Amino acid sequence: MDGKEGLDRQKAMELLVKYGEALGAERLVNTNNVCGGVSGASPFVRKFAAKVRNMDAVFSEFNLDSGEGVKILPVKAFTCSLIQGMDPAHWQIQGVAPDAYEFNMRKEWFYARIGIHLMNTCAPYLVGNIPVKGEHCAWMESSAVVLCNSVFGARTNTEGCESTGAAMLTGKIPYWGYHLPENRLGTHLLEVEFEVKTVMDWGLLGYYVGEIVQERIPVLNGIRHFPSFSSLKHFGAAAASSGGVEMFHIVGITPEANSLEEAFGKRTPADILKFGEVERQETYYKLISSAMNRNVDFVVLGCPHYSIEQLWQTCQLLKDKYVHSNTNLWIFTPKAIKDIADRNGYTEIISKAGAILMTDTCPALGHVSPKGVKVVATDSVKQAHYLPAVMGFQTWFGSQEDCIRAAISGQWRGELK
Amino acid sequence: MKKIVLHGRKVTGGYAEGEALVTHDTISGWGGINPLDGTIIEKRHELVGKSIKGKVLVFPGAKGSSGWSITFHIMRLAGNAPMAMVFKEMTSKVALGSVVAHIPAMTDLDQDPLEVIDNGDWVTVKADKGMIEVIKKRGIAI
Repeated sequence: MDGKEGLDRQKAMELLVKYGEALGAERLVNTNNVCGGVSGASPFVRKFAAKVRNMDAVFSEFNLDSGEGVKILPVKAFTCSLIQGMDPAHWQIQGVAPDAYEFNMRKEWFYARIGIHLMNTCAPYLVGNIPVKGEHCAWMESSAVVLCNSVFGARTNTEGCESTGAAMLTGKIPYWGYHLPENRLGTHLLEVEFEVKTVMDWGLLGYYVGEIVQERIPVLNGIRHFPSFSSLKHFGAAAASSGGVEMFHIVGITPEANSLEEAFGKRTPADILKFGEVERQETYYKLISSAMNRNVDFVVLGCPHYSIEQLWQTCQLLKDKYVHSNTNLWIFTPKAIKDIADRNGYTEIISKAGAILMTDTCPALGHVSPKGVKVVATDSVKQAHYLPAVMGFQTWFGSQEDCIRAAISGQWRGELK
Repeated sequence: MKKIVLHGRKVTGGYAEGEALVTHDTISGWGGINPLDGTIIEKRHELVGKSIKGKVLVFPGAKGSSGWSITFHIMRLAGNAPMAMVFKEMTSKVALGSVVAHIPAMTDLDQDPLEVIDNGDWVTVKADKGMIEVIKKRGIAI
């Protein structure tokens, strides 16, 4: 902490120590896998940047909690940037102001300069960052954190802009919470009685369990259908939205739950829950409680960012169809996945249908939307949870197919089947 | 006026006093609070429409997006942060949020703060001493 390695390293260590003390951590642990960054979506951050006119000072404040602007040297740990405030190729359609676009590009240049890899996605695992079981990570983005712990068996807490900033510069993070094996055991048993098969049902299951267990660790028992990766992605994002779930186990499927005994270890379940038809219905109606008008003017797919498999599915439903003249269909994916979509002709199918394939952002995070939108439809529980609050939209939730049909007809006809 | 004293663990140091704002719902930072005025915006939250600015916020803990800390960070820079925070459940979100909000915060209390503290009570947080003093709002029976 004496500043020999640079003032930025010193500020980073100071923050990590304060943060570690707040947590009650005894020490720091080494990490070489950081996912973080600061979004320029907030007008407040941009105003700050316009005042200080220097990205080092912006990073010092928002990524190191240092009011003193210090020179930021290249990162020490392997680092990926998460979702950003806009798609640099579609910012005008997204309603982004020119000053926000300029800030975004300056920030990208700064990230590249200090060695933050421009994945620009909430789903870094789709574009090459697959942590190893047991690996200590420092990730932000609740939907990615829950997969990092649960599906990959790597170890991270839900970090923030400031702690990931400090971690990338020092290669350290507090050894607390999910870094310790004993904190990774299940706390609540969830008997899944309803036969969960579809991505939509996995989303509902996640929203249901998150609201009940909040930030604790549910263990799902009784899963009879092997979940697709898309299902787990939606389940995790949903459970992290209604609650703060950072880890779950699915008996027989996730890496630290070969059996019920392994999932709970020495712990006794604090509660035994069930997910049946009644719970499923209640969750569905809760999620669509903001929606009244069936005339949908905006359809959002790709939260968490769509995989190439999900784009393939979308294109099968969208091929030779046209999006209704009163409706916009925006689909979100990482830029690196869009490159594959370009080569496979999916981008062309999407654009011929009158929809747009976008990268780097999403409506809830970037606050991007077409002009005059009132009613949204989405296949994402996370967007359905946040959009009414963040953007004030009435929001329908349904399957990918329900959403694409709504985009084509302009009418919401989705229902719980 | 009866004074109640709670003891617990310092999360972040400092001294602050103010009116209590109590919720039994966990709090979302990003997407749950508008940092530009401190108002809770989560639709189904007990405190929706109320501002946490200048209050001693008493709540179970944090939930939701990893944008929790940056929301409290921006709230502090915009002058809308609470005076202090008292919470039950430690998470990385609430720990980092307390640090970057530059306010005293406490947890691990010997009495349940959600039971003992009501809206409008005058709460003094002496985080460095590990102590919270609660003066009940006049006219309300304990």
